[in-house]
Amino acid sequence: MSKINSNHSCTDAAKLKEIYTRQTGKKYFIIGTLLLLLITLVLLSISIGTASISVGDVVKSISNKVLHTQYEYTNNLADTIVMKLRFPRVLLAVLTGISLAGAGAVMQGILHNPLVSPYTLGMSGAASLGAAIAIVLGKGLFGSSFDSMGPYFIAFNAFVFGFITIFVIIGFARMKSGSPATLVLAGVALGYIFSAGVSALKYFSNNDALKDLVVWLMGGMWGATWQAVGLLVPIVSICMLILLSYAWDMNALSTGEAVATNLGVNIKRLQFICLTVATLAASATVAFTGIIGFIGLVAPHISRMLIGSDNRFLIPCSCIMGALVLLCADTVGRTIVSPIEIPVGIVTGLIGGPYFLYMLLKKKQFH
Amino acid sequence: MNIAVQNVCFSYNSHPILQDVSLNVQQGQVVSIVGPNGAGKSTLLKCMVRLLKPQTGTVHLDGKDIARKNSRELAKALGYVPQNTRDVFSFTVLETVLMGRKPHVAWEVSDEDFRVVTQVMNFLGIENLAERPLDQLSGGQKQKVFVARALAQQPAIFLFDEPTSNLDVRHQLEVFATIKRLAETEGRTVIVVVHDLNLASRFSDTLVMLKQGAIYAAGKPEQVITEDNIREVYNISATIIETRYGHYVVPIEPLGETAG
Repeated sequence: MSKINSNHSCTDAAKLKEIYTRQTGKKYFIIGTLLLLLITLVLLSISIGTASISVGDVVKSISNKVLHTQYEYTNNLADTIVMKLRFPRVLLAVLTGISLAGAGAVMQGILHNPLVSPYTLGMSGAASLGAAIAIVLGKGLFGSSFDSMGPYFIAFNAFVFGFITIFVIIGFARMKSGSPATLVLAGVALGYIFSAGVSALKYFSNNDALKDLVVWLMGGMWGATWQAVGLLVPIVSICMLILLSYAWDMNALSTGEAVATNLGVNIKRLQFICLTVATLAASATVAFTGIIGFIGLVAPHISRMLIGSDNRFLIPCSCIMGALVLLCADTVGRTIVSPIEIPVGIVTGLIGGPYFLYMLLKKKQFH
Repeated sequence: MNIAVQNVCFSYNSHPILQDVSLNVQQGQVVSIVGPNGAGKSTLLKCMVRLLKPQTGTVHLDGKDIARKNSRELAKALGYVPQNTRDVFSFTVLETVLMGRKPHVAWEVSDEDFRVVTQVMNFLGIENLAERPLDQLSGGQKQKVFVARALAQQPAIFLFDEPTSNLDVRHQLEVFATIKRLAETEGRTVIVVVHDLNLASRFSDTLVMLKQGAIYAAGKPEQVITEDNIREVYNISATIIETRYGHYVVPIEPLGETAG
């Protein structure tokens, strides 16, 4: 480009780069701080509870297991409580928070709608139906009975049902060349169908099954086992990494479909991949925890207020924020009226809701 | 790089919009596309950037059919600025302009990207707006940012759909002065859809007048902008006066019943 003074333009380039580096530096700092906060909260959460274990014992216990050190504990039960009960539970909360919040951020970007969550396209309704069928009817998608898969039967059913909704939606989108608004509405419609199915099953079930189903639907960490964690860690991390790799494309999409297409983004393919992978991650955790609302909707919003809309930073930030919020909620839920546990879904709604309203009031502009 | 439209026909759900349109644009030209609402101007532009697929006919870039090119190549050749953009999620000006580098970027932004973005922002005079969020800017400033984004793509050919429709008179002049500079000093091709006949005739090398999906007239502005053509295409009476800055169209009144 013609420029009278080329030295001037070099300085400007350096200046813009400096602005950019400063802005991104701030974002890395925020993510780093949140990560530290999360690790601290993980250790604290493991130590809090009906039987309180010192943080020192928690660290020793983890270190003994992971690093094969031989520390002695002040509390003899430390190892059992930490390893068998609390650590897997805390990890499940973290993984679920990451999965729901990351999926929520991606869906809000792809569907260009700040009001969507991972559940919007019908996933929660379908997962609930899958769980309801498993619990009430003891039968699943393949007609197998409860015994053949043991306690993972409900989770498997919920996952399969939840995950296939995305293909129903995509199929619908292909047929009607669906805009994001159409997809959301289709999800709402599916939600009604599944909800009717769940209600019918509730109505016809016996008391035991009904209680189990209601509790599952409320959402909680009772499915926390090391097998569950072991299954979820690779699923959630691979899914989140895949989604992160599409960050630039998602950024381009937010400028509008016309410009995004002009910039070389294949919009249909991007929608398909991102919605499918996000739903996969979210259904995997929902299968074990039930329907925990609020995280997938609000963690991305809070992150956006902190860190902006650049998906390269928004996705990791949302994941950590989701983990923080969910872990907080679960820890509060199991300690506030200890030894009674309040299901985490109730805590997130009751405390998170008003807090989010407060944040909205405080912020001058809302995006 | 030149772009050639050959016998393009396009319909939305069997509503014909473009009927057998052919157009050849040489490098370094400013071509304005004018015509009444619904004449097919935006549709023609969208066919040229492969946002829409014409039912018949082809668009060629340097002789190659654009339907066959991969999207990255096309992104580096054609820069498109649509009429309206939505901003539900807010970005800063710098982030928005950087977005234009997407066809050239893998993951991290390089020094070359900063060099281009700086040049582009200086060219449009928006370098001091770098850190401002987009939604705090005025319409005129936003338009410059979107033009900057297209410029950052470094395409050979720019296609602007009504870049001045919502701008005040000063910004209209600035945008068209920029368009003229792009062609004259940078050798790019610019195709603009515009409503204002005077801006179009003053700043373009070639004018294309569309009527109901077909080219009614094409050529130098003085040849295309005549009282007769305006009457036939827009169904209004007008008079053209000579000024030091070229011909000026003075619209008088609508004639008869509004056509279609």
